[in-house]
Amino acid sequence: MNLTLKIWRQKSNTDKGSLETYPISDVSEDMSFLEMLDVLNEELIEKAIDPVAFDHDCREGICGMCSLYINGEAHGPDRRVTTCQLHMRKFKDGDTIFIEPFRANAFPIIKDLVVDRSAFDRIQQSGGFVSVNTSGNTQDANSIPIPKDDADIAFDAATCIGCGACVASCKNSSAMLFVSAKVSQFSLLPQGQVEAKERVINMVNKMDEEGFGNCTNTGACEVECPKGISLDNISRMNREFISANIKK
Amino acid sequence: MSKSTFYTSIGYKILMALSGLFLMVFLLQHLVINSLSVVSPESFNEASHFMGTNPLVQFLLQPVLIFGVVFHFIMGFFLDLRNRKSRTFNYAYNKPSANSSWPSRNMIISGITVLAFLAIHFIDFWIPEISTKYIAGDMSGLMNDGEFRYYHELHEKFNALPRVIAYVIAFVFLSLHLLHGFQSSFQSVGVSTNKTRSSFYKIGTIFAIVVPFGFITIALFHFLTQH
Ligand code: HEM
Ligand code: SF4
Ligand code: FES
Repeated sequence: MNLTLKIWRQKSNTDKGSLETYPISDVSEDMSFLEMLDVLNEELIEKAIDPVAFDHDCREGICGMCSLYINGEAHGPDRRVTTCQLHMRKFKDGDTIFIEPFRANAFPIIKDLVVDRSAFDRIQQSGGFVSVNTSGNTQDANSIPIPKDDADIAFDAATCIGCGACVASCKNSSAMLFVSAKVSQFSLLPQGQVEAKERVINMVNKMDEEGFGNCTNTGACEVECPKGISLDNISRMNREFISANIKK
Repeated sequence: MSKSTFYTSIGYKILMALSGLFLMVFLLQHLVINSLSVVSPESFNEASHFMGTNPLVQFLLQPVLIFGVVFHFIMGFFLDLRNRKSRTFNYAYNKPSANSSWPSRNMIISGITVLAFLAIHFIDFWIPEISTKYIAGDMSGLMNDGEFRYYHELHEKFNALPRVIAYVIAFVFLSLHLLHGFQSSFQSVGVSTNKTRSSFYKIGTIFAIVVPFGFITIALFHFLTQH
Protein backbone atom coordinates (compact mmCIF):
# COMPACT_ATOMS: atom_id res chain seq x y z
CA MET A 1 0.00 0.00 0.00
CA ASN A 2 0.94 3.62 -0.50
CA LEU A 3 0.75 6.04 2.39
CA THR A 4 1.34 9.66 3.26
CA LEU A 5 3.17 10.16 6.53
CA LYS A 6 2.97 13.42 8.44
CA ILE A 7 5.85 13.25 10.88
CA TRP A 8 6.89 15.70 13.58
CA ARG A 9 10.46 16.78 12.94
CA GLN A 10 12.41 18.73 15.52
CA LYS A 11 16.20 18.94 15.50
CA SER A 12 16.59 19.49 19.22
CA ASN A 13 14.73 20.49 22.33
CA THR A 14 15.18 24.15 21.55
CA ASP A 15 14.27 23.87 17.86
CA LYS A 16 10.76 24.97 16.89
CA GLY A 17 9.89 21.83 14.95
CA SER A 18 7.20 21.21 12.32
CA LEU A 19 5.11 18.48 10.73
CA GLU A 20 6.77 17.21 7.55
CA THR A 21 5.12 15.17 4.83
CA TYR A 22 6.75 11.99 3.49
CA PRO A 23 5.10 9.75 0.91
CA ILE A 24 5.96 6.07 1.21
CA SER A 25 5.08 3.33 -1.27
CA ASP A 26 4.91 -0.46 -1.38
CA VAL A 27 4.30 -0.87 2.34
CA SER A 28 3.44 -4.48 3.16
CA GLU A 29 0.53 -5.03 5.53
CA ASP A 30 2.64 -7.61 7.36
CA MET A 31 5.21 -5.02 8.37
CA SER A 32 5.19 -3.69 11.88
CA PHE A 33 4.77 0.05 12.24
CA LEU A 34 8.40 0.47 13.24
CA GLU A 35 9.60 -1.61 10.27
CA MET A 36 7.68 0.76 8.06
CA LEU A 37 9.57 3.65 9.71
CA ASP A 38 12.85 1.74 9.23
CA VAL A 39 12.11 1.55 5.51
CA LEU A 40 11.31 5.24 5.42
CA ASN A 41 14.57 6.03 7.19
CA GLU A 42 16.58 4.00 4.68
CA GLU A 43 14.97 5.97 1.90
CA LEU A 44 15.70 9.23 3.68
CA ILE A 45 19.35 8.29 4.22
CA GLU A 46 19.70 7.54 0.51
CA LYS A 47 18.37 10.98 -0.25
CA ALA A 48 20.80 12.44 2.30
CA ILE A 49 17.97 13.55 4.56
CA ASP A 50 18.35 13.20 8.33
CA PRO A 51 16.48 10.00 9.33
CA VAL A 52 13.53 10.26 11.71
CA ALA A 53 14.59 9.64 15.31
CA PHE A 54 12.22 7.40 17.28
CA ASP A 55 12.57 5.28 20.42
CA HIS A 56 12.51 1.47 20.36
CA ASP A 57 14.33 -1.45 21.86
CA CYS A 58 12.79 -4.90 22.36
CA ARG A 59 10.22 -4.60 19.57
CA GLU A 60 8.08 -7.20 21.32
CA GLY A 61 6.04 -5.09 23.70
CA ILE A 62 7.97 -5.65 26.90
CA CYS A 63 10.53 -2.90 27.35
CA GLY A 64 8.35 0.21 27.22
CA MET A 65 10.81 2.08 25.02
CA CYS A 66 8.68 2.66 21.94
CA SER A 67 6.16 5.47 21.99
CA LEU A 68 4.55 7.59 19.20
CA TYR A 69 1.19 9.30 18.97
CA ILE A 70 -0.28 7.81 15.81
CA ASN A 71 -3.40 9.33 14.25
CA GLY A 72 -4.40 10.93 17.52
CA GLU A 73 -3.82 7.94 19.80
CA ALA A 74 -0.87 6.74 21.86
CA HIS A 75 0.56 3.55 20.32
CA GLY A 76 -1.88 3.97 17.43
CA PRO A 77 -5.42 2.77 16.77
CA ASP A 78 -5.06 -0.81 18.01
CA ARG A 79 -5.85 -1.81 21.61
CA ARG A 80 -3.58 -3.48 24.14
CA VAL A 81 -0.50 -3.24 21.93
CA THR A 82 2.58 -1.07 21.90
CA THR A 83 3.69 0.75 18.75
CA CYS A 84 6.24 -1.98 18.06
CA GLN A 85 3.41 -4.53 18.05
CA LEU A 86 1.20 -2.46 15.77
CA HIS A 87 0.94 -3.79 12.24
CA MET A 88 0.41 -1.99 8.99
CA ARG A 89 -2.70 -4.09 8.33
CA LYS A 90 -4.46 -1.67 10.68
CA PHE A 91 -4.14 0.93 7.90
CA LYS A 92 -5.29 0.96 4.32
CA ASP A 93 -3.94 2.08 0.99
CA GLY A 94 -4.01 5.84 0.54
CA ASP A 95 -4.18 6.63 4.27
CA THR A 96 -2.53 9.69 5.74
CA ILE A 97 -0.88 8.86 9.04
CA PHE A 98 0.02 11.52 11.60
CA ILE A 99 3.01 10.56 13.73
CA GLU A 100 3.79 12.81 16.67
CA PRO A 101 5.84 12.47 19.83
CA PHE A 102 4.18 11.82 23.21
CA ARG A 103 3.38 15.34 24.36
CA ALA A 104 3.51 16.55 27.95
CA ASN A 105 5.60 19.26 29.54
CA ALA A 106 6.99 16.61 31.87
CA PHE A 107 8.25 14.70 28.78
CA PRO A 108 10.46 17.22 26.95
CA ILE A 109 11.32 16.43 23.34
CA ILE A 110 14.90 15.36 22.69
CA LYS A 111 14.72 14.98 18.94
CA ASP A 112 11.91 14.35 16.43
CA LEU A 113 9.77 11.64 18.04
CA VAL A 114 12.08 10.91 20.95
CA VAL A 115 11.02 12.33 24.31
CA ASP A 116 12.70 12.31 27.69
CA ARG A 117 10.67 10.09 30.01
CA SER A 118 13.20 10.11 32.83
CA ALA A 119 10.58 11.80 35.05
CA PHE A 120 9.18 8.26 35.39
CA ASP A 121 12.56 6.98 36.55
CA ARG A 122 12.74 9.68 39.18
CA ILE A 123 9.26 8.80 40.43
CA GLN A 124 10.34 5.15 40.64
CA GLN A 125 13.46 6.11 42.54
CA SER A 126 11.40 8.05 45.06
CA GLY A 127 9.65 4.92 46.32
CA GLY A 128 8.96 2.28 43.66
CA PHE A 129 11.03 -0.42 45.31
CA VAL A 130 11.20 -2.76 48.28
CA SER A 131 14.22 -2.33 50.56
CA VAL A 132 15.73 -5.75 51.20
CA ASN A 133 18.95 -6.32 53.01
CA THR A 134 21.44 -8.32 51.07
CA SER A 135 23.05 -9.96 54.06
CA GLY A 136 22.26 -13.37 52.71
CA ASN A 137 19.60 -14.05 55.36
CA THR A 138 16.75 -12.71 53.27
CA GLN A 139 13.66 -14.84 53.64
CA ASP A 140 12.65 -16.74 50.55
CA ALA A 141 9.73 -14.88 48.98
CA ASN A 142 7.94 -18.14 48.23
CA SER A 143 7.72 -18.98 51.92
CA ILE A 144 5.36 -16.06 52.57
CA PRO A 145 1.76 -17.05 51.91
CA ILE A 146 -0.08 -14.56 49.68
CA PRO A 147 -3.77 -14.77 48.68
CA LYS A 148 -4.08 -15.72 45.04
CA ASP A 149 -6.32 -12.73 44.26
CA ASP A 150 -3.81 -10.27 45.68
CA ALA A 151 -0.96 -11.93 43.86
CA ASP A 152 -2.89 -11.72 40.58
CA ILE A 153 -3.79 -8.05 40.99
CA ALA A 154 -0.23 -7.20 42.01
CA PHE A 155 1.05 -9.07 38.97
CA ASP A 156 -1.34 -7.26 36.66
CA ALA A 157 -0.14 -3.94 38.07
CA ALA A 158 3.45 -5.06 37.62
CA THR A 159 2.93 -5.53 33.88
CA CYS A 160 3.17 -1.75 33.44
CA ILE A 161 6.14 -1.17 31.18
CA GLY A 162 6.47 2.54 31.96
CA CYS A 163 5.90 3.62 28.38
CA GLY A 164 4.07 6.84 29.22
CA ALA A 165 1.09 6.30 26.90
CA CYS A 166 -1.18 7.10 29.85
CA VAL A 167 0.40 10.53 30.21
CA ALA A 168 0.38 11.13 26.46
CA SER A 169 -3.34 10.27 26.16
CA CYS A 170 -4.52 12.11 29.23
CA LYS A 171 -5.89 15.57 28.54
CA ASN A 172 -4.20 16.66 31.79
CA SER A 173 -0.92 14.80 31.17
CA SER A 174 -1.55 13.01 34.44
CA ALA A 175 0.76 10.19 35.45
CA MET A 176 -1.73 8.64 37.87
CA LEU A 177 -2.10 5.34 36.02
CA PHE A 178 1.64 4.72 35.93
CA VAL A 179 2.25 5.79 39.53
CA SER A 180 -0.75 3.87 40.83
CA ALA A 181 0.39 0.71 39.05
CA LYS A 182 3.80 1.04 40.70
CA VAL A 183 2.22 1.71 44.10
CA SER A 184 -0.23 -1.19 43.82
CA GLN A 185 2.31 -3.69 42.62
CA PHE A 186 4.07 -3.44 45.98
CA SER A 187 1.37 -2.48 48.42
CA LEU A 188 -0.68 -5.61 47.73
CA LEU A 189 2.16 -7.87 48.79
CA PRO A 190 3.48 -8.38 52.33
CA GLN A 191 7.02 -7.50 51.27
CA GLY A 192 5.86 -4.14 50.02
CA GLN A 193 3.50 -3.31 52.85
CA VAL A 194 6.31 -2.43 55.25
CA GLU A 195 7.12 0.72 53.30
CA ALA A 196 3.65 1.31 51.85
CA LYS A 197 2.97 4.62 53.60
CA GLU A 198 6.20 6.39 52.74
CA ARG A 199 6.05 4.94 49.25
CA VAL A 200 2.69 6.38 48.28
CA ILE A 201 3.42 9.78 49.81
CA ASN A 202 6.89 10.07 48.29
CA MET A 203 5.82 8.89 44.85
CA VAL A 204 2.81 11.21 44.71
CA ASN A 205 4.93 14.16 45.83
CA LYS A 206 7.53 13.34 43.21
CA MET A 207 4.86 12.99 40.54
CA ASP A 208 3.54 16.47 41.38
CA GLU A 209 7.02 17.91 41.44
CA GLU A 210 7.73 16.62 37.93
CA GLY A 211 4.85 18.70 36.56
CA PHE A 212 2.31 16.05 35.60
CA GLY A 213 -1.31 17.25 35.65
CA ASN A 214 -4.15 16.37 37.93
CA CYS A 215 -6.32 13.30 37.29
CA THR A 216 -9.94 14.02 36.37
CA ASN A 217 -10.95 10.39 35.88
CA THR A 218 -11.63 10.60 32.15
CA GLY A 219 -10.36 7.03 31.82
CA ALA A 220 -8.41 7.73 28.60
CA CYS A 221 -5.27 6.20 30.14
CA GLU A 222 -6.87 2.82 30.78
CA VAL A 223 -8.17 2.61 27.21
CA GLU A 224 -4.84 3.54 25.61
CA CYS A 225 -2.56 1.60 27.98
CA PRO A 226 -0.92 -1.22 26.01
CA LYS A 227 -0.95 -3.39 29.14
CA GLY A 228 -4.53 -2.76 30.17
CA ILE A 229 -3.54 -1.33 33.55
CA SER A 230 -6.83 -0.83 35.38
CA LEU A 231 -8.33 2.36 36.83
CA ASP A 232 -8.76 0.29 39.96
CA ASN A 233 -5.13 1.06 40.71
CA ILE A 234 -5.85 4.80 40.77
CA SER A 235 -8.70 4.34 43.19
CA ARG A 236 -6.49 2.13 45.35
CA MET A 237 -3.73 4.72 45.35
CA ASN A 238 -6.20 7.47 46.36
CA ARG A 239 -7.36 5.24 49.18
CA GLU A 240 -3.82 4.48 50.28
CA PHE A 241 -2.83 8.10 50.05
CA ILE A 242 -5.69 9.08 52.36
CA SER A 243 -4.94 6.37 54.92
CA ALA A 244 -1.18 6.99 54.78
CA ASN A 245 -1.83 10.63 55.61
CA ILE A 246 -4.26 9.87 58.41
CA LYS A 247 -1.97 7.37 60.07
CA LYS A 248 1.19 9.40 59.51
CA MET B 1 -3.37 14.61 58.68
CA SER B 2 -0.48 16.87 57.97
CA LYS B 3 -0.85 20.31 56.56
CA SER B 4 0.63 19.35 53.23
CA THR B 5 -1.80 16.48 52.61
CA PHE B 6 -4.30 18.63 50.76
CA TYR B 7 -1.64 20.52 48.83
CA THR B 8 -1.02 17.57 46.54
CA SER B 9 -2.71 16.52 43.32
CA ILE B 10 -4.59 13.77 45.16
CA GLY B 11 -5.50 16.15 48.00
CA TYR B 12 -7.06 18.57 45.50
CA LYS B 13 -8.84 15.72 43.82
CA ILE B 14 -10.36 14.56 47.09
CA LEU B 15 -11.50 18.06 48.06
CA MET B 16 -13.04 18.49 44.62
CA ALA B 17 -14.88 15.20 45.02
CA LEU B 18 -16.10 15.98 48.54
CA SER B 19 -17.44 19.37 47.52
CA GLY B 20 -19.09 17.75 44.47
CA LEU B 21 -20.69 15.06 46.63
CA PHE B 22 -21.95 17.70 49.02
CA LEU B 23 -23.47 19.70 46.16
CA MET B 24 -25.21 16.59 44.86
CA VAL B 25 -26.85 16.02 48.25
CA PHE B 26 -27.96 19.64 48.28
CA LEU B 27 -29.33 19.27 44.75
CA LEU B 28 -31.42 16.28 45.77
CA GLN B 29 -32.84 18.17 48.74
CA HIS B 30 -33.64 21.14 46.52
CA LEU B 31 -35.40 18.91 44.02
CA VAL B 32 -37.56 17.30 46.69
CA ILE B 33 -38.76 20.69 47.93
CA ASN B 34 -39.34 22.00 44.41
CA SER B 35 -41.35 18.89 43.55
CA LEU B 36 -43.78 19.81 46.31
CA SER B 37 -44.74 22.86 44.26
CA VAL B 38 -46.21 20.52 41.66
CA VAL B 39 -48.06 18.16 43.97
CA SER B 40 -49.09 20.47 46.78
CA PRO B 41 -48.60 24.27 46.88
CA GLU B 42 -49.42 24.23 50.61
CA SER B 43 -46.63 21.81 51.51
CA PHE B 44 -44.29 23.72 49.23
CA ASN B 45 -45.11 26.91 51.10
CA GLU B 46 -44.59 25.25 54.46
CA ALA B 47 -41.28 23.66 53.46
CA SER B 48 -40.05 26.93 51.95
CA HIS B 49 -41.04 28.87 55.01
CA PHE B 50 -39.24 26.40 57.21
CA MET B 51 -36.07 26.48 55.10
CA GLY B 52 -36.24 30.25 54.82
CA THR B 53 -36.68 31.02 58.49
CA ASN B 54 -35.12 28.16 60.44
CA PRO B 55 -31.97 29.58 62.04
CA LEU B 56 -30.06 26.33 61.65
CA VAL B 57 -30.75 26.29 57.92
CA GLN B 58 -30.23 30.02 57.50
CA PHE B 59 -27.12 30.54 59.57
CA LEU B 60 -25.40 27.17 59.38
CA LEU B 61 -26.44 25.23 56.29
CA GLN B 62 -26.74 28.24 54.00
CA PRO B 63 -23.23 29.58 54.67
CA VAL B 64 -21.85 26.04 54.34
CA LEU B 65 -23.61 25.68 51.00
CA ILE B 66 -22.33 29.01 49.72
CA PHE B 67 -18.85 28.08 50.81
CA GLY B 68 -19.21 24.69 49.11
CA VAL B 69 -20.31 26.20 45.80
CA VAL B 70 -17.63 28.90 45.81
CA PHE B 71 -14.95 26.43 46.85
CA HIS B 72 -16.00 23.96 44.14
CA PHE B 73 -15.92 26.39 41.25
CA ILE B 74 -12.75 28.21 42.32
CA MET B 75 -11.04 24.85 42.72
CA GLY B 76 -12.48 23.79 39.35
CA PHE B 77 -10.94 26.80 37.62
CA PHE B 78 -7.67 26.35 39.46
CA LEU B 79 -7.34 22.67 38.53
CA ASP B 80 -8.38 23.24 34.94
CA LEU B 81 -5.72 25.92 34.57
CA ARG B 82 -3.09 23.73 36.17
CA ASN B 83 -3.98 20.86 33.88
CA ARG B 84 -3.81 23.04 30.79
CA LYS B 85 -0.34 24.14 31.84
CA SER B 86 0.89 20.56 31.93
CA ARG B 87 0.73 20.39 28.11
CA THR B 88 1.42 23.76 26.56
CA PHE B 89 2.14 22.37 23.09
CA ASN B 90 -0.75 20.29 21.84
CA TYR B 91 -1.06 17.53 19.27
CA ALA B 92 -1.67 18.48 15.65
CA TYR B 93 -3.98 15.49 15.39
CA ASN B 94 -5.71 14.25 18.52
CA LYS B 95 -8.59 11.80 18.80
CA PRO B 96 -9.83 11.97 22.40
CA SER B 97 -13.23 10.55 21.45
CA ALA B 98 -11.47 7.21 20.97
CA ASN B 99 -10.79 6.88 24.67
CA SER B 100 -13.01 9.14 26.75
CA SER B 101 -16.47 10.69 26.88
CA TRP B 102 -17.29 14.31 26.05
CA PRO B 103 -18.69 15.09 29.51
CA SER B 104 -15.56 13.74 31.19
CA ARG B 105 -13.30 16.00 29.15
CA ASN B 106 -15.41 19.12 29.42
CA MET B 107 -16.26 19.46 33.09
CA ILE B 108 -15.10 23.07 32.96
CA ILE B 109 -17.54 23.88 30.14
CA SER B 110 -20.52 22.23 31.82
CA GLY B 111 -19.35 23.79 35.10
CA ILE B 112 -19.17 27.31 33.68
CA THR B 113 -22.66 26.95 32.20
CA VAL B 114 -23.99 25.89 35.60
CA LEU B 115 -22.09 28.78 37.19
CA ALA B 116 -23.70 31.28 34.80
CA PHE B 117 -27.06 29.85 35.75
CA LEU B 118 -26.21 30.08 39.45
CA ALA B 119 -25.47 33.78 38.99
CA ILE B 120 -28.91 34.31 37.42
CA HIS B 121 -30.50 32.16 40.07
CA PHE B 122 -28.87 34.25 42.79
CA ILE B 123 -30.18 37.48 41.34
CA ASP B 124 -33.59 35.93 40.69
CA PHE B 125 -34.33 34.20 43.97
CA TRP B 126 -31.67 34.62 46.56
CA ILE B 127 -31.14 38.40 46.55
CA PRO B 128 -34.91 39.19 46.70
CA GLU B 129 -35.24 36.65 49.52
CA ILE B 130 -32.41 38.17 51.52
CA SER B 131 -33.62 41.73 50.99
CA THR B 132 -37.19 40.87 51.99
CA LYS B 133 -36.10 38.99 55.08
CA TYR B 134 -33.02 40.75 56.35
CA ILE B 135 -33.17 44.23 54.87
CA ALA B 136 -36.90 44.91 54.88
CA GLY B 137 -37.08 42.70 57.98
CA ASP B 138 -40.18 40.81 56.84
CA MET B 139 -39.80 37.30 58.20
CA SER B 140 -43.49 36.47 57.97
CA GLY B 141 -43.31 34.91 54.52
CA LEU B 142 -46.76 36.31 53.87
CA MET B 143 -48.21 38.42 51.08
CA ASN B 144 -50.62 41.31 51.64
CA ASP B 145 -53.58 38.95 51.38
CA GLY B 146 -52.24 36.85 54.25
CA GLU B 147 -51.24 33.91 52.03
CA PHE B 148 -47.69 32.50 51.91
CA ARG B 149 -45.73 34.16 49.11
CA TYR B 150 -43.37 31.33 48.13
CA TYR B 151 -45.52 29.33 45.74
CA HIS B 152 -46.85 32.48 44.19
CA GLU B 153 -43.34 33.84 43.58
CA LEU B 154 -42.08 30.61 42.09
CA HIS B 155 -45.07 30.22 39.80
CA GLU B 156 -44.75 33.85 38.62
CA LYS B 157 -41.06 33.48 37.82
CA PHE B 158 -41.73 30.69 35.38
CA ASN B 159 -44.10 32.84 33.41
CA ALA B 160 -41.18 34.25 31.43
CA LEU B 161 -40.10 32.11 28.49
CA PRO B 162 -36.44 33.33 28.44
CA ARG B 163 -36.05 32.26 32.04
CA VAL B 164 -37.50 28.84 31.29
CA ILE B 165 -35.17 28.43 28.33
CA ALA B 166 -32.11 29.45 30.38
CA TYR B 167 -33.26 27.01 33.04
CA VAL B 168 -33.55 24.12 30.58
CA ILE B 169 -30.13 24.79 29.03
CA ALA B 170 -28.44 25.02 32.42
CA PHE B 171 -29.92 21.77 33.63
CA VAL B 172 -28.97 19.92 30.47
CA PHE B 173 -25.38 20.97 31.18
CA LEU B 174 -25.75 20.03 34.83
CA SER B 175 -26.85 16.62 33.60
CA LEU B 176 -23.67 16.35 31.52
CA HIS B 177 -21.62 17.52 34.52
CA LEU B 178 -23.08 14.81 36.72
CA LEU B 179 -22.97 12.11 34.07
CA HIS B 180 -19.22 12.16 34.63
CA GLY B 181 -19.04 13.81 38.07
CA PHE B 182 -21.12 11.33 40.05
CA GLN B 183 -19.03 8.22 39.40
CA SER B 184 -15.84 10.27 39.21
CA SER B 185 -16.20 11.49 42.78
CA PHE B 186 -16.36 7.93 44.08
CA GLN B 187 -13.19 7.12 42.15
CA SER B 188 -11.50 10.24 43.57
CA VAL B 189 -12.17 9.34 47.18
CA GLY B 190 -10.99 5.80 46.55
CA VAL B 191 -14.33 4.06 47.13
CA SER B 192 -14.71 2.78 43.58
CA THR B 193 -13.28 -0.65 42.74
CA ASN B 194 -13.43 -2.82 39.65
CA LYS B 195 -16.39 -4.60 41.23
CA THR B 196 -18.36 -1.47 42.14
CA ARG B 197 -17.35 0.97 39.38
CA SER B 198 -20.07 -0.12 36.98
CA SER B 199 -22.71 0.27 39.73
CA PHE B 200 -21.54 3.81 40.50
CA TYR B 201 -21.71 4.46 36.80
CA LYS B 202 -25.29 3.19 36.56
CA ILE B 203 -26.51 4.99 39.67
CA GLY B 204 -24.70 8.11 38.47
CA THR B 205 -26.39 7.96 35.10
CA ILE B 206 -29.81 7.66 36.73
CA PHE B 207 -29.01 10.52 39.13
CA ALA B 208 -27.65 12.70 36.31
CA ILE B 209 -30.84 12.21 34.32
CA VAL B 210 -33.54 12.13 37.00
CA VAL B 211 -32.38 15.11 39.08
CA PRO B 212 -31.74 17.73 36.36
CA PHE B 213 -34.74 16.63 34.30
CA GLY B 214 -36.81 16.76 37.47
CA PHE B 215 -35.97 20.47 37.76
CA ILE B 216 -36.75 20.94 34.07
CA THR B 217 -40.11 19.20 34.43
CA ILE B 218 -41.05 21.45 37.35
CA ALA B 219 -40.11 24.58 35.39
CA LEU B 220 -42.10 23.40 32.38
CA PHE B 221 -45.05 22.54 34.61
CA HIS B 222 -45.23 26.08 35.96
CA PHE B 223 -44.72 27.59 32.53
CA LEU B 224 -47.34 25.46 30.83
CA THR B 225 -49.97 25.82 33.52
CA GLN B 226 -50.08 29.58 32.98
CA HIS B 227 -49.94 29.71 29.18
C1 HEM C 1 -24.77 22.18 41.78
C2 HEM C 1 -23.75 22.29 41.03
C3 HEM C 1 -22.62 21.30 40.89
C4 HEM C 1 -22.54 19.98 41.23
C5 HEM C 1 -23.60 19.11 41.89
C6 HEM C 1 -21.21 19.54 40.86
C7 HEM C 1 -20.73 18.26 41.03
C8 HEM C 1 -19.49 17.82 40.67
C9 HEM C 1 -18.97 16.51 40.92
C10 HEM C 1 -19.69 15.39 41.64
C11 HEM C 1 -17.70 16.47 40.39
C12 HEM C 1 -16.77 15.29 40.38
C13 HEM C 1 -15.64 15.42 41.35
C14 HEM C 1 -14.56 14.41 41.07
O1 HEM C 1 -14.21 14.16 39.92
O2 HEM C 1 -14.03 13.83 42.02
C15 HEM C 1 -17.44 17.75 39.81
C16 HEM C 1 -16.26 18.08 39.17
C17 HEM C 1 -16.01 19.31 38.60
N1 HEM C 1 -16.80 20.43 38.68
FE1 HEM C 1 -18.65 20.52 39.50
N2 HEM C 1 -20.52 20.57 40.29
C18 HEM C 1 -21.35 21.68 40.30
C19 HEM C 1 -21.04 22.94 39.87
C20 HEM C 1 -19.84 23.31 39.26
C21 HEM C 1 -19.52 24.64 38.85
C22 HEM C 1 -20.40 25.87 39.03
C23 HEM C 1 -18.29 24.61 38.29
C24 HEM C 1 -17.62 25.82 37.73
C25 HEM C 1 -16.51 25.90 37.13
C26 HEM C 1 -17.82 23.22 38.35
C27 HEM C 1 -16.62 22.74 37.87
C28 HEM C 1 -16.16 21.45 38.00
C29 HEM C 1 -14.93 20.96 37.43
C30 HEM C 1 -13.93 21.74 36.58
C31 HEM C 1 -14.83 19.61 37.80
C32 HEM C 1 -13.71 18.63 37.45
C33 HEM C 1 -12.68 18.67 38.53
C34 HEM C 1 -11.71 17.55 38.52
O3 HEM C 1 -12.08 16.40 38.28
O4 HEM C 1 -10.54 17.82 38.79
N3 HEM C 1 -18.79 22.45 38.96
N4 HEM C 1 -18.53 18.57 40.00
S1 SF4 D 1 0.22 2.40 32.96
FE1 SF4 D 1 0.13 1.57 30.86
S2 SF4 D 1 0.31 3.36 29.55
FE2 SF4 D 1 1.01 4.00 31.58
S3 SF4 D 1 3.21 3.68 31.59
FE3 SF4 D 1 2.31 1.78 32.39
S4 SF4 D 1 2.06 0.47 30.59
FE4 SF4 D 1 2.41 2.54 29.80
S1 FES E 1 10.14 -1.50 21.64
FE1 FES E 1 9.97 -2.50 23.58
S2 FES E 1 7.88 -2.23 24.01
FE2 FES E 1 7.99 -1.45 22.01
